[in-house]
Amino acid sequence: MSRLVIEAEHAESAYWADLWRYRELFFFLSWRDILVRYKQTVIGILWAVIRPLLTTVVFTVIGGRLAKLPSDGLPYPVLVFAAMLPWQFFSSSLSEASNSLINNANMLSKIYFPRLIVPASAVIVSLIDFLISVVILVALMAWYHVAPTWRLAALPALTLLAFLTAFGPSLWLAALNVKYRDFRYVIPFIVQFGLYISPVMFSSSVIRDKLGATVAQLYCLNPMVGVIDGFRWAIGGQADAFLGTNLLVSGLMAGLLLLTGLNYFRATEENFADII
Amino acid sequence: MSDAVIKVEGLSKKYLLQHQRAGRSRYVSLRDVLAEKAKAFFQNRKSEIGNQNSTEEFWALKDVSFEIKRGEAVGIIGRNGAGKSTLLKILSRITKPTKGRIEIEGRLASLLEVGTGFHPELTGRENIYLNGAVLGMHRAEIRDKFDEIVAFAEVEKFLDTPVKRYSSGMYMRLAFAVAAHLDQEILIVDEVLAVGDAQFQKKCLGKMQEVSKGGRTLLFVSHNMSSVLQLTKVGILLDKGRVSYNGPTQEAVERYTAGYAGGTAVEFDVESKPRKYEGTGEARLLSLKFNRPVPIFNHNEDFQFIAKVRALVNISHLRFSMTVFTSDGIPVGSCFGPDLITIFAGDVAEVLVDLPCPHLSPGHYYCGLAIGRGDHKTGHTDYDVVMDTLHFEISPAEGDGGTVSTWTRGWGSIVFPHLNQTILPKQVTL
Repeated sequence: MSRLVIEAEHAESAYWADLWRYRELFFFLSWRDILVRYKQTVIGILWAVIRPLLTTVVFTVIGGRLAKLPSDGLPYPVLVFAAMLPWQFFSSSLSEASNSLINNANMLSKIYFPRLIVPASAVIVSLIDFLISVVILVALMAWYHVAPTWRLAALPALTLLAFLTAFGPSLWLAALNVKYRDFRYVIPFIVQFGLYISPVMFSSSVIRDKLGATVAQLYCLNPMVGVIDGFRWAIGGQADAFLGTNLLVSGLMAGLLLLTGLNYFRATEENFADII
Repeated sequence: MSDAVIKVEGLSKKYLLQHQRAGRSRYVSLRDVLAEKAKAFFQNRKSEIGNQNSTEEFWALKDVSFEIKRGEAVGIIGRNGAGKSTLLKILSRITKPTKGRIEIEGRLASLLEVGTGFHPELTGRENIYLNGAVLGMHRAEIRDKFDEIVAFAEVEKFLDTPVKRYSSGMYMRLAFAVAAHLDQEILIVDEVLAVGDAQFQKKCLGKMQEVSKGGRTLLFVSHNMSSVLQLTKVGILLDKGRVSYNGPTQEAVERYTAGYAGGTAVEFDVESKPRKYEGTGEARLLSLKFNRPVPIFNHNEDFQFIAKVRALVNISHLRFSMTVFTSDGIPVGSCFGPDLITIFAGDVAEVLVDLPCPHLSPGHYYCGLAIGRGDHKTGHTDYDVVMDTLHFEISPAEGDGGTVSTWTRGWGSIVFPHLNQTILPKQVTL
C-alpha cells in the first residue's frame, strides 16, 4: 500500500522517484505533442526539414560566396548545415519549452504530476525534428563527397550535449514565463539574436583570426559554440587545436545553466498552479 | 495499519491578494516588478503606506483537521469561497499547503474536471490513452479497460475521429467514461456530474454509487444537495475556511441550508471582497443594500436593491447584470439591464436596481452581480463581478384558507404566473 505525506515545509525527497513513477505520462505527453505538431498541415513533417535547409542556402550564399569566409576544409553548405542542425534543435527547444507550461495551464491547475515533464517533453519533440534533419545532413555529405570518418561515432555524445545545453535555458525560461509573461516576447528575440552570435553562418575559427584569442575564449561562454564546433569536427572538419578547451568551457557553461535551471524550476514549480 | 485513509491535521492555506490599480493586466509583468523595485530603492521603502499595489493575506483554509476512514463516502459542502476547491487542490497535490500535514494511505485519483489533457486534434482512441495516463492509469490498465470505456461512452463509431468534431455531449461522455474506469482506492470528485443529459447523469451517479459500495473511499464535492445526500454518508461542512460540522450527511446538509436562513444582513460590503472573476476594472462595486429591515421579499414583489458604484474612468454606458442562484448553487435565471448609466471618473453613484417580480418560489437565494457594458445579444464586457452576495429569502404566498401555500422543491424555483387552458370545440365527424 503506498503512503503519501503532504506537508507545508518539506523538501520533496521523493522528487526523482516521483518523476520515474510518472514516466508513462512523460511518454504520452511527448507522443501527443509529436502527433499534434503537424496535424492538418499539407506537407507535415517536411516542415522540420525545409526551414533549416532554406536558411542553409541563404547562409551559404552570404558567408561562402559574398563574404568568402574560410570553411575549415568542408564544403560551405555542409559547414553551415552541420551547425544548423544543433542550432535549430536548440532554438526550437527554447521556444517550445518556454511556452509549454502556459499551453498546458489547464492541466497544471487540475491535476498533479511532476511539472518537469512538460518542458522535457517539449524538448523531446524538437529532438525528433532534429533526428529527421540528420537525414538531410547525410544526403548533403553524400552530394558533396564528404567521406565519413570514425569521428561520426562522437555524434550521439554530442547530441546528448546539445540536449543538455538546450534543456537548462529551457527550464529557466519555462519557469520564468509562468510568472512574467514578458518572456513570451523575449524568447523570439533570444532565438533570432542567438543565430547571429553563434557560429552558424561562419566557422568559429573566424572569431580567433579576426578578433584575437581572448575574445575567442570569451566567445565559448556561449554554450552553443562548443556544441557546434563539436558537430563540425565529427563530420570531418579540420581539427582545431582549441576544440577541447572550447568544448570544456561550453560544456561547463551548459552544466551551470542546467543546474541553476533545475534549481529555479524546482523552487518555483509548487506555486505554478496558483499563479499560472 | 490504521483505519483512516486520509488524515488531515491543522491544514491552512494562505493566498496573497494583489489589490491592483485599474486597467492593469492580471499577470505580473517584469516591467512592473522592476519599476516597483526601483521606486522602493529610491524612496527608501517609505512608500509602503501610499502604495496602491498593496497585497493582502487571505486564508482560504484555516486549521482544518479531519479523518476519513477506509471505504467511507464523504461529501464536502459549503458556500462558494468556503475553501472546498482549495482543500481538493491540496489533497490532489496541485498546490502546497501553507501549514499542516496530510497523510494518505493508498493510491489517490482526483477528478477536478473531466477530460483534463484532452487534445481536440487527437482522435477518441488517442485521447482515451492520453487522458488515462493523465489520471494516473498505466498503459496496460487502459488497454484492458479500453472496450469497457468505449461502450460506456457510446462512441464506438467515432473512435478514429478527432474529438474536435465530436458534439459536446459525446465529448463529455467520453471524458467521463475514462474517469469512471479509474480503480484507485481513493477517489476525489468535484462536481463533474453536472455534465451531459439527464440520462447520462443518472448513469454517472450509478457509477459513483458502485464506487462507494465497492469498498473504495470517495470524496465528493458538490453544490447539489440531493446528489450529496444520495451518494455520501458523512458530510463535512466548510465555512470560511474552517470545518464547521463533521458528521452524518443529513445533519450537515440541514446545517448548510439553515446557514442561509440565519443570515439577516441587508447590507453587503463588497468593495474588498475577493473577486472570483476579475473584471476589467473601469468601475468597482462598493456596497449593496436591501432597502428594508430584513432580507425577505414577498412572492409577488419586485426584487430591489441599491448599489454603490465607483467609476475609475469616465463611463457613459454602464449597465447591471445579475444571476439569481438557489441557496444550493443552482442558477435560476439572469438578466441584463440597458447600457444607460453615466458616471464620471472618481465619482460614486448610487443606483436602484429593480427586477420586476421574478416569480421566485419560496426559499433562499443569492445573487451574482456584474457591472459592465453590452449584453448576451451584442457581446459584453464586465468591469467588475461579485459572486455569492445579496442573500435573500422569498416568503411563501398565502394559501386560500389564510394558511401558507404549499410549494414543493421538486416543482422548481419559478412560479410561472399563468397557465392558459382552452377547451377546443368538439369536431363533428360525418
